[in-house]
Amino acid sequence: MQRKSPYKAIVIGSSAGGINALTKVLSVLPADFPLPIVIVQHLHPESGHHLPHILGTKSALKIKQADEKELIKKGWVYLAPPNYHLLIEEDFTFSLSLESPVNYSRPSIDVLFESAVYAYRQHLIGIILTGANHDGSLGLKKIKETGGFTIVQDPKTAEADAMPKAAIEATTIDKILPLQDIGLYLLQLVNRKYN
Amino acid sequence: MLDDIDNQNIELQLLLQAIYLKYGYDFRNYAKASVRRRVEHFMKKENLNSFAETQHKILYEVNFFDRLLLDLSVNVTEMFRDPNFYRSFRQNVVPFLKKQPFLKIWHAGCASGEEVYSMAILLKEEGLYNKSQIYATDMNQVILNQAKEGIYLINRLKLYTENYQKAGGKESFSDYYIAHYDHVVMNKSLKENILFSDHNLATDGVFGEMHVIFCRNVLIYFNRDLQNRALGLFNDSLINHGILCLGSKESIRFSEHSNIFVDVDKDEKIYAKEISL
Ligand SMILES: C[S@@+](CC[C@H](N)C(=O)[O-])C[C@H]1O[C@@H](n2cnc3c(N)ncnc32)[C@H](O)[C@@H]1O
Repeated sequence: MQRKSPYKAIVIGSSAGGINALTKVLSVLPADFPLPIVIVQHLHPESGHHLPHILGTKSALKIKQADEKELIKKGWVYLAPPNYHLLIEEDFTFSLSLESPVNYSRPSIDVLFESAVYAYRQHLIGIILTGANHDGSLGLKKIKETGGFTIVQDPKTAEADAMPKAAIEATTIDKILPLQDIGLYLLQLVNRKYN
Repeated sequence: MLDDIDNQNIELQLLLQAIYLKYGYDFRNYAKASVRRRVEHFMKKENLNSFAETQHKILYEVNFFDRLLLDLSVNVTEMFRDPNFYRSFRQNVVPFLKKQPFLKIWHAGCASGEEVYSMAILLKEEGLYNKSQIYATDMNQVILNQAKEGIYLINRLKLYTENYQKAGGKESFSDYYIAHYDHVVMNKSLKENILFSDHNLATDGVFGEMHVIFCRNVLIYFNRDLQNRALGLFNDSLINHGILCLGSKESIRFSEHSNIFVDVDKDEKIYAKEISL
């Protein structure tokens, strides 16, 4: 018997150069993409309120800033609000926190990824894109150790390669992909039939 | 690893239960993902590898628990945090307060007091302070003592002064404190009508007939049940038409009390209790 994809959600972390990279990835995905996508993009605390709009113009998906206690739904892309950590609870709602920056970052990718593992366990796809720091490596490691799927942007195609490199060093990566292939690969991954 | 996650969930729950049974602080209905983070962060800091060991120390070392308590809740705050909120308060709430013969005001989860002094300054400038009784509460005694003292690091003052101005301050911010070396002491006259006391939104009860309740950046750390409990307390503690002010990312939208409150300023999370009789 054939089963649908075992994955229930995608988390993405990006930093320097991330807006372009996210635009590329999201622009490939259709409006009926079956998984919710939750994103931490590092931003200056005062900016970033326009990010949902910027990404939205190039994507068929619905994009919004995550609200506290909001239930996560498929067909949506959620962005961490600037200056808050974004966490996923086990009932698939969001929580926000103003606790200290992690890896000098708030929102922090590690914080999102680690909480997502507790909620989605092995049904999670984690992606690290371009960035100039090391945030996200520990979170991606945790995703891998729990049986989730890990993807990293090929550092050669990244505007800043430190973050993808750190992730590759931290754990086993299922797929290292050039930026332009990530969206298509996700489509295959979630539409593939499993025996 | 999957087993690990289940086991860690159990251990975390046991640890929170132990805290509750031993000390009465109830973190069991806090947003779990962030409580877990903070416990783990604390364990790292204290070089502890297991929940079991941590729990043992919690039960047998009171000092250890006091340190954990400070780390379990997020205490960051600032003067005139979100200046636009204060601006809106002046514009949309102060006219209503001017019509009242006296005012009772409650800051729930006041942390180290910056929010309380900010509002005291605003009330003074609007000619409301002398008819106000202000209650400033927090569950954390250590933090509450800092609030009572009203002593803050001078290196924060640049930000606070900017915030004060953006918030529509009418005087010079430096009129409200005295500087001593690396810190400032808030004026005594700001404290006259403030009563500081212990109150836990998870376990304590209603708090008198308030005209205004501030509970900012506290509810985001609660799960929905505990949010509902706290909002129920606020509802019961407010006079009709009383004002509720939440933090900028908090909302009553997802709560069971949302139909009792109307928006005063939706963006700044200012609500009014409206019961139609
Ligand atoms: C982030 S501070 C908010 C300070 C201030 N209201 C502000 O917005 O800047 C959160 C405070 O809530 C307090 N708190 C957390 N849980 C509480 C509870 N159950 N009852 C009362 N206070 C609580 C913490 O001790 C902490 O001081």
